[in-house]
Amino acid sequence: MERQIFYEDVEAGQEVPPLVKHPTTRQLVKWAGASGDFYEIHYDKDFAQSQGLKGVIIHGWLVFSFLGQFLTGWVGEGGWIRKLGVSYRGMNYPGEDIILKGKITRKYAQDGEHLVELEVWAENPRGERTTPGRAVVALPSRKEPVGRTA
Amino acid sequence: MPQESAITPELKALVGKEFPPTTWEVTEGDIIRFAQAIEDPNPLWNDEKQARRSRYGGLIAPPTFLASLVNEEVTKLLFNMPTPLKRLLNGGNELEWYQPVRPGDRITVTEKVVNLREGQGTLGRMLFIITEVSYTNQLGEAVARGRNTFIRY
Repeated sequence: MERQIFYEDVEAGQEVPPLVKHPTTRQLVKWAGASGDFYEIHYDKDFAQSQGLKGVIIHGWLVFSFLGQFLTGWVGEGGWIRKLGVSYRGMNYPGEDIILKGKITRKYAQDGEHLVELEVWAENPRGERTTPGRAVVALPSRKEPVGRTA
Repeated sequence: MPQESAITPELKALVGKEFPPTTWEVTEGDIIRFAQAIEDPNPLWNDEKQARRSRYGGLIAPPTFLASLVNEEVTKLLFNMPTPLKRLLNGGNELEWYQPVRPGDRITVTEKVVNLREGQGTLGRMLFIITEVSYTNQLGEAVARGRNTFIRY
């Protein structure tokens, strides 16, 4: 496991180290199988174009899951995601990198948990935020040992 | 010429309607295949041996695994909705988690339409379908809840 990040290590205004994903049409097929989402706009180019799209597009839930990977990787084994919400404002296409980014907006303790609120988003290689959102994660505190979860 | 509302009485009647829940049995294989589809190497959802040494004491699902546990009645409805706006896109998703999903869990997914809105945007005329979803396990405990926005255009 990588080095654990703690609540005391973070402050509002800090950015989370970005994660870069390289989705391909092959990954979209894997995702379709694993998620059960077989909507043709994600693997049939002719169908996607008949729907007015430029080509096949990445599943929104896959971008959401990339953000999940970005956040769970950052909070480490001692942390957890509490909330994640996004809106899909622009299309992401296979063959183009997706860059996951985040910035801490607030940290606070509540009901015995050490919570961190973030602005998060997925960006395309042109720097456009295709998928903006917000997240709340829990981090362990140096002042309290990491508990075993139920 | 004024357009008629996309929200017909037939569509309006769907708001608040209870659809039958869908229950999913979760296996270790489902979880690992899901992690492989994200291409997320985190050992917590890929490697039972390493996960056993974690604070979870075993393999858990990545939080977004819930994306694969859909309510099948609502999915059918979204594709077969009685509206001339034939195209469908996912507009947004929100999840709030209370505990991780583990292999062997039976997750019941209850979802209902809570709101319909119409709008005009880059895609032309749009109908927004907003749903709320809850996920509970075999012990009746809350696992997560969520809110989804679908767009017909």
